[in-house]
Amino acid sequence: MSALLEIEQLKTVLYTGDAPVRAVDGVSLAIAPGETFALLGESGCGKSMTALSIMRLLPDAGEIVAGTIRIGGIDLLRLPETGMRTIRGKRIGMIFQEPMLSLNPVMTIAEQIEEVLKRHLHLSKTAAQQRIRELLEHVGIPDAAHRMHEYPFQFSGGMKQRAMIAMALAGEPELLIADEPTTALDVTIQAQVLELMRQIQKRNHMAILLITHDLGVVAEMAQRVAVMYAGEIVEMASRDDFFNRPAHPYSQQLFASLPNKQKRDRALAVIQGNVPSLAQQFTGCRFADRCNQALPHCRDTIPQWHTTGDNHQVRCHLFAPESANHRQTPRTSQLSETLPASRVAEPAMLLQVNELAVHFPIRTGLLKRVTGHVKAVDGVSFNISTGKTLALVGESGCGKTTIGKSILQLIRPTHGSVRFRNQELITIQRGQLRQLRSQFQIIFQDPYASLNPRMRIFEILEEGMNALHDSRSRNLSAHHQDGELSKTQQIDMLLQRVGLPAEVKWRFPHEFSGGQRQRIAIARALAVNPELLVCDEPTSALDVSVQAQILNLLKSLQKNLGLAFLFITHNIAVVEYLADEVAVMYLGRIVEHGHIDEVMNNPKHPYTQALLSSVPKITAEPVHAGMILKGDLPSPAAPPTGCHFHPRCPKAMPVCREKYPLASIISNTHTTHCHLYPQEQHS
Amino acid sequence: MPVSPIILWTDALIYLFVIAVLLLIGHVRRHEHLLASWRRVGHSASGMSALTLLLFFLTTGLLDTVHFRPALDHTTEDGRPIYSVEVLSVLDILVTPIRIQVEKTYSAPLAAHLYAKETFELPDGTPVRDFARLQYGGAHLQDPAAERIPDIVSRGGTGILYGLLIWCSLAAGLTGWLSHRHRQSYRNTLIDIRRRTTEMPWYAVLLTLLTLLPLIGAVAMLAPHYHVLGTDKVGQDILYQSLKSIRVALVIGTLTSFIMLPFALLLGIMAGYFRGWVDDVIQYLYTTLNSIPSVLLIAAAVMMMQVYIETHPDIFETVASRADLRLLFLCIILGITSWTGLCRLLRGETMKLRELEYIQAAHAFGVSHWRIITRHILPNVMHIVLIATVMDFSGLVLAEAVLSYVGVGVDPSMISFGTMINAARLEMAREPMVWWALLAAFGFMFTLVLSANLFADAVQNALDPRNRTHKQRTRTFSRTKTTAAASGDKTSQPS
Repeated sequence: MSALLEIEQLKTVLYTGDAPVRAVDGVSLAIAPGETFALLGESGCGKSMTALSIMRLLPDAGEIVAGTIRIGGIDLLRLPETGMRTIRGKRIGMIFQEPMLSLNPVMTIAEQIEEVLKRHLHLSKTAAQQRIRELLEHVGIPDAAHRMHEYPFQFSGGMKQRAMIAMALAGEPELLIADEPTTALDVTIQAQVLELMRQIQKRNHMAILLITHDLGVVAEMAQRVAVMYAGEIVEMASRDDFFNRPAHPYSQQLFASLPNKQKRDRALAVIQGNVPSLAQQFTGCRFADRCNQALPHCRDTIPQWHTTGDNHQVRCHLFAPESANHRQTPRTSQLSETLPASRVAEPAMLLQVNELAVHFPIRTGLLKRVTGHVKAVDGVSFNISTGKTLALVGESGCGKTTIGKSILQLIRPTHGSVRFRNQELITIQRGQLRQLRSQFQIIFQDPYASLNPRMRIFEILEEGMNALHDSRSRNLSAHHQDGELSKTQQIDMLLQRVGLPAEVKWRFPHEFSGGQRQRIAIARALAVNPELLVCDEPTSALDVSVQAQILNLLKSLQKNLGLAFLFITHNIAVVEYLADEVAVMYLGRIVEHGHIDEVMNNPKHPYTQALLSSVPKITAEPVHAGMILKGDLPSPAAPPTGCHFHPRCPKAMPVCREKYPLASIISNTHTTHCHLYPQEQHS
Repeated sequence: MPVSPIILWTDALIYLFVIAVLLLIGHVRRHEHLLASWRRVGHSASGMSALTLLLFFLTTGLLDTVHFRPALDHTTEDGRPIYSVEVLSVLDILVTPIRIQVEKTYSAPLAAHLYAKETFELPDGTPVRDFARLQYGGAHLQDPAAERIPDIVSRGGTGILYGLLIWCSLAAGLTGWLSHRHRQSYRNTLIDIRRRTTEMPWYAVLLTLLTLLPLIGAVAMLAPHYHVLGTDKVGQDILYQSLKSIRVALVIGTLTSFIMLPFALLLGIMAGYFRGWVDDVIQYLYTTLNSIPSVLLIAAAVMMMQVYIETHPDIFETVASRADLRLLFLCIILGITSWTGLCRLLRGETMKLRELEYIQAAHAFGVSHWRIITRHILPNVMHIVLIATVMDFSGLVLAEAVLSYVGVGVDPSMISFGTMINAARLEMAREPMVWWALLAAFGFMFTLVLSANLFADAVQNALDPRNRTHKQRTRTFSRTKTTAAASGDKTSQPS
């Protein structure tokens, strides 16, 4: 089998910071024509730098210092820049993570694709137009002849990624490099795009280098897998080998740290620490410090490649012939550690949300007259008991975050009621609300935007305490003296509780990694002893191993402090691991609500079914999503009449177009809104 | 000499400003983390050498701010001294020779003769038309044609030598202080400075001083006997005018900014933070203000002021206090018209910031609006304020020149870069050209504005926590570029 792309001992250095960073440090791989090769790894492992090195599109600070990259026998590193331009787009196409940022907003889609065609195929004007239409039809853009002359902002996220793929395909490349192609997309859209990539690959016999951090996407797409860690590949195997018998401790620990339903009662296995800085010279195994099976000589001897099976190679001392007896069975004892039993407390009603609605007015014209409403949240009701977790699941734009913010009164709801311990929050006075604020707090998605870069950790944590203290001291000024801990001690305790050393309190947020920042954000929320935490996608910006740390932290906080969570997420695996109840949202309304087992095992609403089947499964055998939804989420400014879901629903009936279904009661705790099931007679 | 101290309006404001800066420094010194970030300002070589230059300007400006009226020789009947109506500053006293040595009209830099021919009588009574000898410039020379150049060289040389001597003693003192502070041998400290391995870039500071001190020395030696930068139409020394202009430029640049800042900060942040009708009102206000040509507005305001001054001559004791009030008024009116740009910038930035999650988190804690504005928003827009202020500084110095040309700038009796340029502008078309006045004003203004810009740049880089890593990166990159290129060559070799 002659390889299409061969990389040998590629070394790429980034000149940033004090010492040069070896972003890619001796990577060798080969991709056969028509093969899907997945490069898997956490952020900062050098995956994207490998891709950019192949395209020779490194940032100014980057430099390829050694190695060869051959495509069909041509050494790319010896080509002049003009020669490289005939390779890019023609032989190697590339799609990027952010479809919103990779299309030029002031050019139509057709103009952007035409640039590629002009460069590589020298087509006449009409032939080019014809080809653009074909390409767009090819990637499943409806009404391509008309839509090709539209601008990127008129396309939805999934459509933009399709257009990006069409552009990458325009030069009919032999190799497509897909750098996290679906990370920015919703699961239902992700399923569409992955399906499209599979079809195209089959039709064009094109090789794909798929770069991702998502094991699910790898399981669904790849034929061969390479795991990258700290600038080098540590394991290379066929898909089945990798998912059945992961060899490298890093791969094993990655699998172990994935949340799922089976691990509900246990803490997730955590890969301690972070990816080491690539600025240093390594003398041993790069993973040794985080490895749970490290041997003494792992720290001072660099491991070599060892073959464990057919085409299954691993860079680990455990597989050296002489140390075979050290090998433990994967799934080590660390995993079975269970969490302490929860405090037995009678669950009481904490939060009651009833018919909550948030409408944003659309104003047009000179006089800013209200011409319509964006119904971000449109009549949502649910309850949360003390110490329980309700997960709110849905695609982006369905109003999950708006619900979270309107419960905290960060956005004023249009109508409805939010009662916290039987205290109505919507009509409450500002002063009274401030006193209540300590009892419900929020954790945000982006750990980089949620801490003020100009304040030190001490000041960040102190702020909430002070704001609380102002209101509390007015009420309980007598209580104040009796031996309260000093502020510094309180802050030290908080940091300890979220697993950070107390010394960090004098540092600024930019000195921390994403996971550490998220811990600080959690500590800030905990500073005021809340009873309810609204977690707005707290782990979606984090790597799998860091996600496990944060999920463990949240779970142990719930057990120890009896916190209730409103967990807003689109990650079904996290929901299965953490939630007691699930509410599935579609376009501002809850379409299905029930106990976790009921909804996950026996989804009733077609949207829930589609959502669950769109999630890539990490299983030994490749499974492709059974039910792929067509189209995108409609605009909440003009929701479809009747059931909002009917234009995308595979089971739509005439009645679905006419009226919104009432609640159908499946069981005591399980309700759904769908005409397929008998409905309650009165609303 | 008995004097009667006078504090003009702008003097008072400058003193206030200095006190505010001193208090700020004290506050920073008491707080270790603030001190740490300000120390990083000291790590920038260009920033420190700009600061050295700025200190020279600031010293000149401050010396020119201490005003008083000297006593006249005669006294009143009951023995009390009578004070002159002329208001002098400490700077005026220091540079007395060039202040009082006024020629008849133009003379070139370091010249001994006037720039234009004129008819005068020789001692024997015969009228001649020739370049007349200057009254003061080179007056000590018997035969200017032969003696002038050697005299300039020897005096200039002596000055440079004095400058170098002062520099050497400064450098020695600095090294001594450093070696005492770091408990290091004198020799090693010297080597450290030479190799630029000290924490502060003393090398850059010393280099700047090495240029500046001999220059000042030479000028100081030459000034009593020559007009180093020539004279203007009425024979006043250009060097004197340039030195006097520094204060006006600093006053216009700083006071205007500080008058403008409260408007811009308060209104801009309020508009961006509260949105709604507050935003509408503020936007309406600055859009309206912006659509009136500011020169008209300033002209109208200054005219009104002038009328007021002229109708109430009794409230001004001296010419200086009248000119000063006009300067202050100019600052105020410039400040009122120039806040709109910064306000708009701040509104946009605040609108971006208020949606950020840390502000939302603060809301979730019930932190008051005032605290959110002062603790979260203000520190995060400070870099914009700093940049805008410095940009405005140069713009304002230039605006003053334009306004003085239109006739609505500073009082004609007040020396400023604007009036200097305005006067020089008319002579540019003259044959032979009078270039020195313009060049002097340009040179001083350029140095002042450039060093202010460089210093602000260093401050911004040091204070912005997000910027710090970036700065390091660029520096390291440029250093390693050569090695990168070398290793790049290696790649192309067959492996």
